[in-house]
Amino acid sequence: MQPATEGRTPAELLAAARDGERRAIARLLTLVERGGGAADAIAGATHRLAGTAHVVGITGAPGSGKSTLTSALTTLLVAGGRRPAVVAVDPSSPLTGGAILGDRVRMEAATVAGVFVRSMATRGHGGGLALAVPGAVRVLDACGFDPVVIETVGVGQVEVDVVAAADTAVVVVTPGWGDAVQANKAGLLEVADLFVVNKADRPGASDARRDLDLMLDLTEVSGACPKRRPVIVETTATKGEGVEDLLAAIDAHHAVLVGGTGLEVRRARRLAAEVRARLDHLLGEAAGQALVEAGPVAGETTVETARRLAGRILGTGDTG
Amino acid sequence: MGAAPIRVVLAKLGLDGHDRGLKVVARMLRDAGMEVVYLGLRQTTGTIVDAVEQEDADVVGISMHNAGHLTLAPLIVAALADAGLGDVPVVIGGVVPDEDLDELAAAGVGAVLGPGASAVEVVASVRGVVDAGVRATGD
Amino acid sequence: MHPDRRTLSGIPVDPVYGEGPLPGEYPYTRGIHAGMYRDRHWTMRMFAGFGTAEDTNGRFKELLRSGGTGLSTAFDMPTLMGRDSDHPLAIGEVGRAGVAVDTVDDMADLFADIDLAAVTTSMTINGPAPILLAMYVAVAEEGGVERRLLAGTLQNDILKEYQAQKEYLFPPRPSVRLVTDVIRFTAAEMPRWNPVSVSGYHIREAGSTAAQELAFTLANGFAYVEAAAAVGLDVDEFAPRLSFFFNSHSDFFEEIGKFRAARRIWARWMRERYGARDERSLKLRFHTQTAGVSLTAQQPEVNIARVALQALAGVLGGTQSLHTDSYDEALALPSKEAARIALRTQQVIAHETGVADVADPLGGSAYVEWMTDELERRAGEVFDRLDDEGGGSILEGVYAGIESGWFMGEIAESAYRFEREVNAGDRVVVGVNAFTEGDEGGSSRLMRIGQDTEDLQRKRLAEVRLARDGSAVRTALARVADEAGRPEANLMPALLDAVRTRATVGEVVEVLEDVFGTYVETTVV
Ligand SMILES: Nc1nc2c(ncn2[C@@H]2O[C@H](COP(=O)(O)OP(=O)(O)O)[C@@H](O)[C@H]2O)c(=O)[nH]1
Ligand SMILES: [Mg+2]
Repeated sequence: MQPATEGRTPAELLAAARDGERRAIARLLTLVERGGGAADAIAGATHRLAGTAHVVGITGAPGSGKSTLTSALTTLLVAGGRRPAVVAVDPSSPLTGGAILGDRVRMEAATVAGVFVRSMATRGHGGGLALAVPGAVRVLDACGFDPVVIETVGVGQVEVDVVAAADTAVVVVTPGWGDAVQANKAGLLEVADLFVVNKADRPGASDARRDLDLMLDLTEVSGACPKRRPVIVETTATKGEGVEDLLAAIDAHHAVLVGGTGLEVRRARRLAAEVRARLDHLLGEAAGQALVEAGPVAGETTVETARRLAGRILGTGDTG
Repeated sequence: MGAAPIRVVLAKLGLDGHDRGLKVVARMLRDAGMEVVYLGLRQTTGTIVDAVEQEDADVVGISMHNAGHLTLAPLIVAALADAGLGDVPVVIGGVVPDEDLDELAAAGVGAVLGPGASAVEVVASVRGVVDAGVRATGD
Repeated sequence: MHPDRRTLSGIPVDPVYGEGPLPGEYPYTRGIHAGMYRDRHWTMRMFAGFGTAEDTNGRFKELLRSGGTGLSTAFDMPTLMGRDSDHPLAIGEVGRAGVAVDTVDDMADLFADIDLAAVTTSMTINGPAPILLAMYVAVAEEGGVERRLLAGTLQNDILKEYQAQKEYLFPPRPSVRLVTDVIRFTAAEMPRWNPVSVSGYHIREAGSTAAQELAFTLANGFAYVEAAAAVGLDVDEFAPRLSFFFNSHSDFFEEIGKFRAARRIWARWMRERYGARDERSLKLRFHTQTAGVSLTAQQPEVNIARVALQALAGVLGGTQSLHTDSYDEALALPSKEAARIALRTQQVIAHETGVADVADPLGGSAYVEWMTDELERRAGEVFDRLDDEGGGSILEGVYAGIESGWFMGEIAESAYRFEREVNAGDRVVVGVNAFTEGDEGGSSRLMRIGQDTEDLQRKRLAEVRLARDGSAVRTALARVADEAGRPEANLMPALLDAVRTRATVGEVVEVLEDVFGTYVETTVV
C-alpha cells in the first residue's frame, strides 16, 4: 500500500537520521517495524553504530502511571543536558489488527521539551514485537539518543520480555496490596531491577513498599532471584515528586552494570533473545512453506508429517 | 501479514472539549485495521507537527467544534509544510458547513468529514487521501 | 388557584388524575408542585451569546422586549477555558461560539441598560465560574444593585467536565473546593442565586445513554452535597438552591421515565442518606434542553419535528424550564429565524396542545411507571459501585471514577455502540441512514462571526490593560494566590477584589494554576 522507502535507501535515510533529520529517524523506525528486507538492511547498518545508549525498560499494569512517569523522567533528562528517546508500546486489537496508541497524551511535557517519542503497536504479538523493539532501539541508539526508554504494558509475555531484556528494567506498581500481588503473578517481580511505587500521593504507598519487600524476602529465601536486590523508589509522577530519586537509581544501576560484567551479560542475553526471535520467525516461515509444498500425506500420522517436514527444512532428512 | 497498517494521528486543535466524535472515529479507524496515534484534546500546531513527524504518520485527522476551522485549518496545513511534512494529507472533522468546503480545499485540506459521517465514509475518506498517494511521489 | 380547563370539545378536566402520592407529594415522582403548569408555565429560557459583549447585549435586550424575563449566557471557548482573548490558544475562537468576556468591563457591557434586580440570569460556565460570578456581582454593585437581590444560576458543575465536556482547568479536588466556595458564598450572601446546576446534558451529548445520564448526574449531585457538608454547611442551608439540567433526547418514554426517576431518587437520598428536613431540599428542580447531538445536518428542517417531540417529553416529565434547539444548530450558531421557530415550538406545546392542563398526565401508565422504576434500578447499580469505590462516600467514588477513566470509558462505549447501530442500519435516523431522498444540503443563511470580532475584542482588552492600575492588579492577584493556598479560606472575596482592579479572567486563572496545578485527562478512547 505504501511505498517502501519513499525514494531513499535505508543507507541514505540512516545518514540523514544521524544528521538529526527527525523525519528520517521516523521513517527508519517505520521500516524496522514492517520487517522484511529493508528492516534487515537497517539492522545490519545500525549494528556497529549502536551500543552506547543505556536502555531502560518501564513496565507495569495499565494505568499505573508509566507514561506520566516516562514523561517526567525524560523531561528531567533533557533538563540535565541528555538526549532521551521513548518507544511506547501498546497492544493491537487481535480482531482487526488496528490499535489506538494513547501514550502521547500523557507525554506532552516530554514532547514539548524535545524528547523523541514513538508509539508502537504490538502487531499480532509474537515475533513482530520481539524483533521490532530491539531494532527500533538500535536505530535510536545509532542516532545518538541516550538513554532509550521503552514503555510496555506488563500484561503480555512478549511485552514483559522486551523490558526484561533492557539494561535496566523498572517495574511500576501503585498503592494497594492487589497491585504487588498482580505484579508477582505476571512474573514482574523476577524481572525488576528497580521498583517504583507510583501514586505515592495516595494512601497505602508505604504498605505497597512493605508488600514488595516481603515478596522480595521470599524470593531471596527461595533463591529464585540471583540478582542484586531491587531498590524501591516512591514517586508521584503527576507532580514530578520522586522522579529525581528514580533517575538517580536508574543511573546507579547503570553504573553498577558498567562497573562489572553486568552490562555485557545483559547485552549478550538481549542479543540471544533477539536471535531466538529471528530464528523462530525464520523457522516459522519455513514451516509454513514446507507445509504448503509437502503437506500431510494420506496414511501418515501428524507426528510423522511434522518430523518429515522438519527434516526437509533442516536438510537432514527425516529427523524421526 | 498483509500491507502495513495505515498510521493516523488524531487530535483536537483549539480549546473546545467535544471529543465524542474524535473518540468514535478513533475506534472506527482501529476497527478498520489502522493504527491511531491519539493525541486528544487541546493540541497546538506544534504538538501535532511533532507527532506527525515522529510517528511517521500517513495522514493526520483534526477535529474542531469551535467554528474556527477557516482560521485553524490553514494554520495546521502551513505548519506541516514548514516542517517539510506538506505531503501528509490533513482530514478535518467537525461542524463544517458545506459552503466552507471549497475554501478548505483551496487551503490544502485533503478531506472534510461533516457531522453524521458514517464509519464507511470515515474509513473510505482516510484511505482515499492516503491512496491518492501524494506520499508515493513525495520525499 | 387552578382556573378551569376544557378540552377543545369543551370537556372540563381536573388538575390531576390518579391515586397518591400526587404531584407535590413526596417522593415527587409525579412533579414537585401540585398544580404544575396550570399554576405557572415552565420558563422558556433561550440561550444566547456571540461576538463581543455589546453584540450579545443587543440580543438580550431584544429578548427582554419580546417579553422574556430570563437571560441565559453562552460564553466563548476561550472564556470557558479561562484564557484571555489575546492568548495564543484563543486564535480563531474569540466570540465564535459564545460571547467573549475578559474583564469586568466586558461583563458591564454585556448587561448594560438591563436592570439586574429585575431579571434572572443564567451563566453557562464551569472552570472559571467563581471569577465570572465575581464579575457579575461587581457589575451589579457598581450599578447600585445589592448582591442579595441578584437572581440566577451559575452552572458551576465541574465534575461533569472531567467526565464529559472536558472544560476543566485544575485537578478535581481543588476544583470542587472552588464549587463549595461559591456554594458557601451564595448561601450566605446571595439567597436568590442557584450556585450549581448539576448537569446531565453534557454527559448525554458526549454519548451516554439515558440511564447513564441519570446515574452520573445524580451521583455528581450527591458528591456536591457531601463536599458542601464537609466544609461545614448544613444540608438544608444549601440544598434548596441546587438545581439540575437534563437533556431531552428522542426516545420519548425513556426520557419521561428519566425525569420522573430523577425526582424520586433525589428526594429519597436527600431525606434518607443526607438527612435533609426542609422540603425544598428534597425537590429536584431542573432545566431541560433538547438534544443537540440528535440534530442532523442532513435535511435540517426535520430537526424541527425532533425538537418538538423532545420538548414535549421534557414538559411531560415536569421540567421547570426549557430550551429548544434551533434546527440549524448542527451546522452553525442558530440563525434568528431558526431560534424563533424553536421558541414558537414551546409556545405551541404550552398553549395549543393542552398538555399543560393536567399535572403528570402519564402518571399511572403501566409502561411509564415501569420505565421509571427500571431507570431508578439501573441508576442504583451505579450508585452502589461508586459508593463501594469511594469507601462509603459518593464524592470519593466519583473522584476515583474520574481518575481511572471509568466514566469516560462508559460514555465512549455507549457512543460507539450507538454509532455502530446507526451504521449497521439497526437504528433509523431519518434523513441519515433512511429516507435520505430530498436532502438539498445545508441552509444558506448560517449565522457566523468573523475574524473582525476577534481583532476588536483584542483591542478592547489591550485598552483595559493599559488604563488600569498595574500595581493594584498585582496586589489583588497576590491575595488570590495566597487565599488559594489556604484550603479553609473562601476565595470569593479575593476574586471580587481582583476583578474590580480589572484583572482578566486569564490572569486569575494563571495564578490559580500556579497553586492548584493543571489537569491532563485519563484518556479512555
Ligand atoms: N494520583 C496520581 N495519579 C497519577 C500519578 N501518576 C499517574 N497518575 C494518573 O494515572 C492515570 C494513568 O496514567 P498513565 O501515565 O497513562 O498510566 P499508564 O497506563 O501506566 O501509562 C492518569 O490519570 C494519571 O494522571 C501519580 O503519581 N499520582
Ligand atoms: Mg501508557
